[in-house]
Amino acid sequence: MELTYGPEYDDFRAEVRNFCAVEGKRNKFGAMKMGEARPNQLAVDWQGKLIEAGYTARTIPKEYGGFGAKPDIIKSLIISEEFVKTGTRGGIQNQGISMLVPTLIEVGTEEQRQKYIKPTINGEMIWAQGYSEPGSGSDLASLKTKAVVDGDMFVINGQKIWTSSAQFADMCFILVRTEPDEAKHHGISYLLMSMDDPGIDVRPLVTMTGEAFFNEMFLTDVKTPVTSIVGKRGEGWRIANVTLKYERGMIGGSGGSSTGIRGLADMMHTETLSGVRAIDLPVYRDRLLKLQGRALANKYHGLRLLSNDINKTGTAVEGLIIKLSATYLAHDIYALAVDVMGEFGTLYDDSIYKRQKDWMKQYIGSFMGIIGGGTSQIQKNVISERGLGLPREPLVKYDQNGWDLLKK
Amino acid sequence: MRFGLSEEQTMLGDMLNKYLEAESSLDVIRESCDNTPHHNEKIWSGLLAQGAHTILIPEEYGGAGLSMLHSETVSEVLGKHIAPVSYLSNAVLSPLAITLAASDSQKELLLPGLASGDVSYGIGLTDAIVNRENTNLEITNGKVNGVSTFVIGGQTADKLILGKPGTLLLVDSNAEGVTIKPMITVDKTRDFAVVTLENAPCEVLGKEGSAAQAMQKLLNAGRISIAADTMGAADAMFNQALEYSKERFQFDRPIGSFQSIKHIFAEMVTELEPCRSLLWYAAHAFDEIEDEATLLACHSKAHIAEVAKTIGRATTELHGGMGFTDLLGLHFWFKRIEVNRQLLGGPEIQRHFAAVVQGWAPEAITAA
Ligand SMILES: Cc1cc2nc3c(=O)[nH]c(=O)nc-3n(C[C@H](O)[C@H](O)[C@H](O)COP(=O)(O)OP(=O)(O)OC[C@H]3O[C@@H](n4cnc5c(N)ncnc54)[C@H](O)[C@@H]3O)c2cc1C
Repeated sequence: MELTYGPEYDDFRAEVRNFCAVEGKRNKFGAMKMGEARPNQLAVDWQGKLIEAGYTARTIPKEYGGFGAKPDIIKSLIISEEFVKTGTRGGIQNQGISMLVPTLIEVGTEEQRQKYIKPTINGEMIWAQGYSEPGSGSDLASLKTKAVVDGDMFVINGQKIWTSSAQFADMCFILVRTEPDEAKHHGISYLLMSMDDPGIDVRPLVTMTGEAFFNEMFLTDVKTPVTSIVGKRGEGWRIANVTLKYERGMIGGSGGSSTGIRGLADMMHTETLSGVRAIDLPVYRDRLLKLQGRALANKYHGLRLLSNDINKTGTAVEGLIIKLSATYLAHDIYALAVDVMGEFGTLYDDSIYKRQKDWMKQYIGSFMGIIGGGTSQIQKNVISERGLGLPREPLVKYDQNGWDLLKK
Repeated sequence: MRFGLSEEQTMLGDMLNKYLEAESSLDVIRESCDNTPHHNEKIWSGLLAQGAHTILIPEEYGGAGLSMLHSETVSEVLGKHIAPVSYLSNAVLSPLAITLAASDSQKELLLPGLASGDVSYGIGLTDAIVNRENTNLEITNGKVNGVSTFVIGGQTADKLILGKPGTLLLVDSNAEGVTIKPMITVDKTRDFAVVTLENAPCEVLGKEGSAAQAMQKLLNAGRISIAADTMGAADAMFNQALEYSKERFQFDRPIGSFQSIKHIFAEMVTELEPCRSLLWYAAHAFDEIEDEATLLACHSKAHIAEVAKTIGRATTELHGGMGFTDLLGLHFWFKRIEVNRQLLGGPEIQRHFAAVVQGWAPEAITAA
């Protein structure tokens, strides 16, 4: 066990700490949630400062607008540690930055990289992810939205759903069927399309939190140049999986549960039931402690995964499990908060009774992590098949009307 | 940065694993379970030859002076093979009790015997944590009266270390006034005894009433070691069930292709792998980070017990009728996990102590 990073990182840490003390203090404004709204000018300016200092977009090459540092997980870790410790706001996180940019770096053309990476990491170009369709969610590869080539353009027709940020996005990375005669996984292409096209009709869908941050997206004769394909025709499934890998990591990060436990414990020290603090009631306290045990296990598992990355150790299953465990844990933490607050935990308006945190909203919101980016059941399929080597379910086809099995 | 075991610690585990694969077969375990005491001298002598018992004994007294992370590695392998040996009393708790609480002259006298493996120890801490039978140990003029329950390794011990809140004392097994009777638990891979003392000559380790801190640390060592043993046993049950579900066919399919079964495996591994990370960090905190040691030890004991309980149930069930038979022997692992769960305090008690160290609960149950 070697949990220090070595003296060669001391200077770097001091530099980051200094930045947070000087610049971080000067730039205090609330954190932005994924998909909430376009970053405002303040956020874009801050992003510019962070890139210049090398604290975000750190390893993205200079020619694409990044800082151009050599990958060093420990330095990235130090940055995030110091930012969290000092409450300094980190860089912008959105689907473009977290998912599309790494994909373009891995498999995009030089032209695509030149054109899209810089404005995306600057926070000026917002992307939507056009994967899911009404008939194709978990079974994404069954998607039907199609694109045909007409001259030097792809012409796209079909419908997408659950498309986060589409209401304000500039661009969309979208999966479409271009090779209808090929087997389902081999007929898909990965395209980049402008959201300005008049054939795109975006209709907001209100979620159970009461907000509308995802949408239906109807596509009628939408055009995008043939050069906007990432990878080759029919390779879209493979490219999409490059992107999904980054999504799973984005959702599964384990820092959240430690923060959740701390907030919950603080609340239980002030919330009283007939004069008794919730923390002093063993029935609630034991539930808190149970969750703390899980959160600690996840926290140190996060360190182990990091160490696996640095030292090239570990097995696949160790990484595959994190989204499943982190998202349910978050759900359970917020559920306890609501239980502790009782009827007051159900308040969805704070005009008369103020509470420290909007626990109910967090509780409901935790479904985003559980369902988005592949549901828990799909995670379990992946863990058991890819992680543990268990056999796939046999593929069968049902008749939609009579539940009879159809022969292939 | 490297989180986890060092190469040396991994090698230690691998070596022991090979040894136990050869020596601690199911047949051997069955034989030990049928004998009283259950402690298997042959397996133990092999461990002695490898020096596994000296890990936590300081070098100046003939030990290897290694860390809890080393010992944790050993405990996990012993749990995996449910080895019927008294490692916990002879290699973890007794050496630490002496190292932490005894006077220098007592250490000089006692530790070399442990390091050579010539003197065997039993240790009773249960009543010092939660006293259920009103079994107080009363010391007057070098004589002790009372009862100590669940003395680990008590039946095969030459010497006994017994705890009461704030004090650890030493008794000779053969001394007058000492009666040792086996306490037969459902787990027949380990020995527990009840020790009755009637005016038995005793010696306090260090000074009477001064062992509270030592006891806290000692309990942490116990919590981590038991959690590690459970971790190994749960991992073994998991792997055995995984193999079985790939081989056993029903409805012309391996049962492991049924999604309900695959998902149970996914849930189990999702809980189990982070347990290992927690355990490693708890052992590391014991070695290096005093502030966090008790919190992590309590949580690892509690959390791993909970996870292992679900794994014990699910893996037994996944074997169908075979899981319930004696034929397969899976039940030996199940029972080891169940006894580990209660030993030195079950999950609720551990979580209570975890709350106490964070200032979240008053100290209602005594510990140390
Ligand atoms: C907050 C949020 C944001 C999202 N943002 C986007 C976005 O920006 N872009 C985008 O393209 N998509 C987005 N999604 C969509 C998301 O990826 C899908 O909702 C998800 O993949 C599930 O698909 P579905 O909704 O069609 O459910 P279904 O696939 O219909 O699933 C219904 C139920 O059946 C289960 N199920 C399905 N197949 C199996 C199986 N093989 N085995 C066992 N159980 C199964 C599922 O687990 C689930 O419980 C978002 C979703 C959420 C919640």
